[in-house]
Amino acid sequence: MKRSRLLPHLWEIQNNYGYIPDHSITEISQKLNVSKIEIESVVSFYHFFHLKPTGKYIIYLNNSIISEYKGFREVKAAFEKETGCTFGVYDKNPLFTLFETSCIGLSDFEPAALINFHPFTDLTPEKVKTIINQLKSGVYPEEIANNPVSKIQYTPEYSKTVFFRNYTIGNSLKVLKNNSADEILEKISLSKLDGHGGAFFPTATKWEYCKNSNSEQKIVICNADEGEPGTFKDKSLLRNLPGLVIEGMIIAAYVTGAEKGYIYLRAEYKYLLKKLEDTLKEFEEKGFLGENIFGINNFNFSIRVVLGAGAYVCGAETALIESLEGKRGEPRVRKYFPTEYGYLGYSTIVNNVETFAKAARIIELGTDFFTNLGTEKSKGTKILSISGDVAKPGIYEVEWGITVQEILDLCQATSPYFIQISGPSGECINNKEFERKICKEDLLCGGSIMVFNKSRGVFKILRNFIQFFKTESCGACTPCRAGNQILYEKIRKFERGLCSQVDIDEVKNWGNIIKLTSRCGLGQFSTNTFIMALDKFQDYFSLKTVEVNKNLNVEFDMESATYDYDEVIKNTQH
Amino acid sequence: MKNISFTIDGRECTSVKGENLIEAARQNGIFIPTLCHFKHLNPIGSCRVCTVKVNGRTLAGCTIDVEEGMDIEVNTPELLDARKAILEMMFVEGNHFCPSCEKSGDCKMQKLGYEMGMRFTRFPHLFVDRIVDARPERIVVNQNRCIKCKRCIEEVITTDGYKVFNFTNKGNETKVSIDYEQEAKLSDAQAEQAMHICPTGSILVKGKSFSKPFGDRQFDLGPKGKMIRLNEVKKYKTTNKKKRIATTSLAGCFGCHMSLLDIDLGILDLIELVEFNKSPITDIKKFTQRCDIGLIEGGCCNTDNIEVLREFRKNCDVLVSVGECAIWGGVPAIRNTVPLEECLKETYLNSITSEENETIIPNHEDIPKILNKVYPNREIVAIDYHIPGCPPNANHIWNVVKSILFEEEYSIAYPEFKYD
Ligand SMILES: Cc1cc2nc3c(=O)[nH]c(=O)nc-3n(C[C@H](O)[C@H](O)[C@H](O)COP(=O)(O)O)c2cc1C
Ligand code: SF4
Repeated sequence: MKRSRLLPHLWEIQNNYGYIPDHSITEISQKLNVSKIEIESVVSFYHFFHLKPTGKYIIYLNNSIISEYKGFREVKAAFEKETGCTFGVYDKNPLFTLFETSCIGLSDFEPAALINFHPFTDLTPEKVKTIINQLKSGVYPEEIANNPVSKIQYTPEYSKTVFFRNYTIGNSLKVLKNNSADEILEKISLSKLDGHGGAFFPTATKWEYCKNSNSEQKIVICNADEGEPGTFKDKSLLRNLPGLVIEGMIIAAYVTGAEKGYIYLRAEYKYLLKKLEDTLKEFEEKGFLGENIFGINNFNFSIRVVLGAGAYVCGAETALIESLEGKRGEPRVRKYFPTEYGYLGYSTIVNNVETFAKAARIIELGTDFFTNLGTEKSKGTKILSISGDVAKPGIYEVEWGITVQEILDLCQATSPYFIQISGPSGECINNKEFERKICKEDLLCGGSIMVFNKSRGVFKILRNFIQFFKTESCGACTPCRAGNQILYEKIRKFERGLCSQVDIDEVKNWGNIIKLTSRCGLGQFSTNTFIMALDKFQDYFSLKTVEVNKNLNVEFDMESATYDYDEVIKNTQH
Repeated sequence: MKNISFTIDGRECTSVKGENLIEAARQNGIFIPTLCHFKHLNPIGSCRVCTVKVNGRTLAGCTIDVEEGMDIEVNTPELLDARKAILEMMFVEGNHFCPSCEKSGDCKMQKLGYEMGMRFTRFPHLFVDRIVDARPERIVVNQNRCIKCKRCIEEVITTDGYKVFNFTNKGNETKVSIDYEQEAKLSDAQAEQAMHICPTGSILVKGKSFSKPFGDRQFDLGPKGKMIRLNEVKKYKTTNKKKRIATTSLAGCFGCHMSLLDIDLGILDLIELVEFNKSPITDIKKFTQRCDIGLIEGGCCNTDNIEVLREFRKNCDVLVSVGECAIWGGVPAIRNTVPLEECLKETYLNSITSEENETIIPNHEDIPKILNKVYPNREIVAIDYHIPGCPPNANHIWNVVKSILFEEEYSIAYPEFKYD
C-alpha cells in the first residue's frame, strides 16, 4: 500500500467497523513500515475517524452560528433525549453515537445533521423524535434522508449569466483543439480570473508557474473542501454542474501538462460523490478524460475523487496536499509554492471548484463575454451562498460590483444588523457600510454571506467563530492554537459582563499578534472579525462593558467565584 | 557557495547563499531566539518564537534561507513584543510550575523567559487539566509542560528507523503522544537524548532528573555580567516624604517575606530610609497611614485574600506583586486544574486519615470561603509591578523597591531573575 492511499484505506475500515480498531492500525503500520503512533496521529487528526467503537448510526449535528440561531440547542437536547446518548461521548450504545461538527454546508436548511453522511435538514425536536424512532425500528437513513437542493434564488439576465446557464458537455473542450496551451493561458489571463477559494490569487499566474516548472510530473487538484462556515456555493456547482468543474480541470491539465488530477471532496458532501463519479465516467466514455483527449495527441489526463475526513484546515492548499499524501492535514511552512513543490514533490496547482467552473466558461464563452462584465478588477459573476435572517436563503449568482444593499434586498433580509462576509475568516460589516461593493476594489467575498438581525447577540456570533477556530486549528503553531483558546476565554469574560476598555484594547493587541505570527491563513484570519467588531459595533460593546474602576479594582464576579464552595457545603452538610 | 549580503535591522550582513537565517544572523552577531529550531532538522516553523520580517513579510526565521539583498527586521519593538507574547502564550497554555519542575534551570523556554525579561504573562493562564504519562519503560511524558515544538517527533527515531513520538488530535486538543512499543526499543543513551532535546520539562527519563543542585544548572548563571533587559519600567509617582511600605502574604508560604529579609545587614540601611506600616514584620494589623508601596506575596484563594488585596489597593500608591503566587497563582494554583469539589472532598472527606462521617469540610461564617480557583492578583486589582521568582531574589526585590521610591535607575543581574 502506498502512503498516499492511507485516507481511502482508513475510510474503508471506518465504514466496515464503525471505527479504526487497534489491530488495523497495527496492520497498516506494518504495511507502511512506520510506527503505530504515526498512524494514530493521522486517524486522530480527522473528525470522522474514530479510535473507539461507535453505534450503527453516527450522527453529526452542525454547530455553526446559523444552526445555533435556528434551534441547535433544542435539537441537540432532543437527540440526546431520544437516543439516550451524550454528544461527544463514546457511550457504547449499539445504535447511536452523537457528535457536534463544524458547518456541513447546509446553512440554508439549519439546523441540519448528517446521519451516516446522509443529510437531515430543518430539524426540530419533533422531527428528531420521528427520525430516531424510525431508525430504531430498522428503517435505513438513506430511505428517510432529505435531499436538500439549495435554491438558486437569483441569476442575472441570461446574457450576463456565467455559471447557471445552459450547459452542454464538452463545449469548452472543443476550443482546446485549435488553441495552444499558451493561447488558452492568454484567455484566462485576459479575463483577469482570480481564484475564487478565498485568497484571490491570479489563476493564470499560478497555471503559468506550473506550466513552466520542469517537474517530472504535474498535478491538478480541485479543492472541494468547502469548509468555511456559511459557504455552500461549491456544493451548488458540484450538484448542478459537475461537468463544468471537470472541464475546468481538463483545461488546466491542457495548459500545465498535468496527467493526474484529484478532486478533494469534503466527506460532508459524500452524498454528492456518486453523481460526481458518474459524471467522470461519462467524460471517460466520451473520450474527454483518459488518453488522447478529444483526439489531441498525447493529451492524457485522469481524475480521481478523494474524500476528506472532517478537517476544515484541509481546505488550505498545502494542508490539502499533505492530507492527500496520507498525512495529518497540517499546512506546510511557507517556503515553496505548491507549483514549486506540491503533491509528492511535484509541481501542483490547487484551485477552487468555482475557479475551475469559471475557467471552463471563459474558454467556452470567450474573453469578451467576461471583460464586459463586473468591475475593472473583478470580471464576470460570483456565486454567493446566503443564509441567516433572510426570507430567501440560498444561492445567488451576482455580477461583481453589486452592493451589499442590493444583495440584502434580493434575499429579503429582515432588519439586517451584523453581516458576515466570507465566513468567520472574513470580515463583518455594520449597517453604515451597506453601500459597499462586492469586488476586488472594495469588499472581496469568498462566497459566504451570513445576515444577522438586530436581535442577535454579537458576543454569541464571535464566541461561535472563535470556538470554530479553536477546534479546527491544526494545532501545529503556538499563536493559532494557544491564542484562540486565550481569546475564547476573553469572549466568555465579555459575555459575563466583566470587561472594560482595557479588555477591548487587549483583544486588539493580542488579535494582531496572532495575525502577525501564525503560520497559515487559518490563524492569520482567525482574529479579524473579533478585532473589527470592536470598532464596527462600538455601541454594542459600550453597552456591554463596564467603566474602568477608579479604585483600580478589576471587575470581579465574587458570587460565581464562591458558588462552587457554597454548593459543596450545601451538598455535604445538612 | 557564493557570498551574499543582506541587511538585518539596517545593518549590512554577509553569509553564504542559502544559509538558514538563524545561523546566518548568529554568524553576524545577531541572536534570534528559537525553540523548535534544530540545526540539522528541516525547518519546523511551529513555535513561532523566531518570528521576523523579511522584505516586510512576517515569517518564522527558521524557515528562511538568506538571499542576496534581503531586508530583514529582527529587533523592532513590534517584533520584540510579538515574540515575547508567543513565549507568554506557551506559559499560559501549559501548566508550568517551575519550582516543582525537574528541568527547571535546564529549561530552554524558561531561559528564554529570563532573556526576554518576562516578569508576568499578559494573558491569563488557561489551567487545562493535562496528563502525565509514566507508562513508558524509561520515559515520562508530562503534557503540562509540552509546547508542541515537534522536536521530539522529528528527532527521536529508533535504531531501525521508527518514530517514537507523534502528535495526536488537533486544535486545542493537540498533544504529543508516545509509542510504547518503539519507546521500549530506545537505548539508555537515546532516551536521555530525547530528554535533552526537549526544550522544556515535558520529556523526562526515570531516575535521571534533579541530578544537579541549584546554582549548578545549565542556565542558573547565564553569561557573566549579563543584565536582564526590563524595557517596560514605568516611572511611578509616590506621595509621601518619609517613605512607607506595607506588606502582606495572601495565598503564599511566607517564603517571599523570608526573601525580603535576606538582604542581611542591608536591612539596617533600609530602615533608616523607610518605615513599615501594615505588615507581618511590624505586626500592624490595620493601615494607620497611606503607604507608598504595598508588597503583596501570594495570590487570592479565598474571600479574605480579596478583601485584604482591595484594602491594599486603596491604601497604597504603588502595588507590587512579589513572587510567582502573587503574579499568576504559583504553586497553590496547581489545584486550578481540578474542580474545587474534588479538592475539598479529597482533602477533608476521603483522605486516608479521615474517618467516614467523622470529618466535614470546614465552614463557618467567621472563616473565609474558598474560591473556585486561585486568582492572580492582577485579576482582582490593578497591579503596577511584578517581581518574579519563587521566591524572588532579595536583591531583585530591593532594587525594584528602591527604584520606585527614589527613582533610581536599576537593572537586574541575570542570576537574580528566576522563576524558581
Ligand atoms: C484555513 C483555510 C481554509 C481554506 N479552505 C478552502 C476551501 O474550503 N476551499 C477552497 O477552495 N479554498 C480554501 N482555502 C484557500 C486555499 O488555500 C487556496 O488558496 C485555494 O484553494 C486556491 O484556489 P483558488 O486560487 O482557485 O481560489 C482555504 C485557505 C485556508 C488558509
Ligand atoms: S495558523 Fe493554525 S492552522 Fe495554520 S499552521 Fe498554525 S496552528 Fe495550524
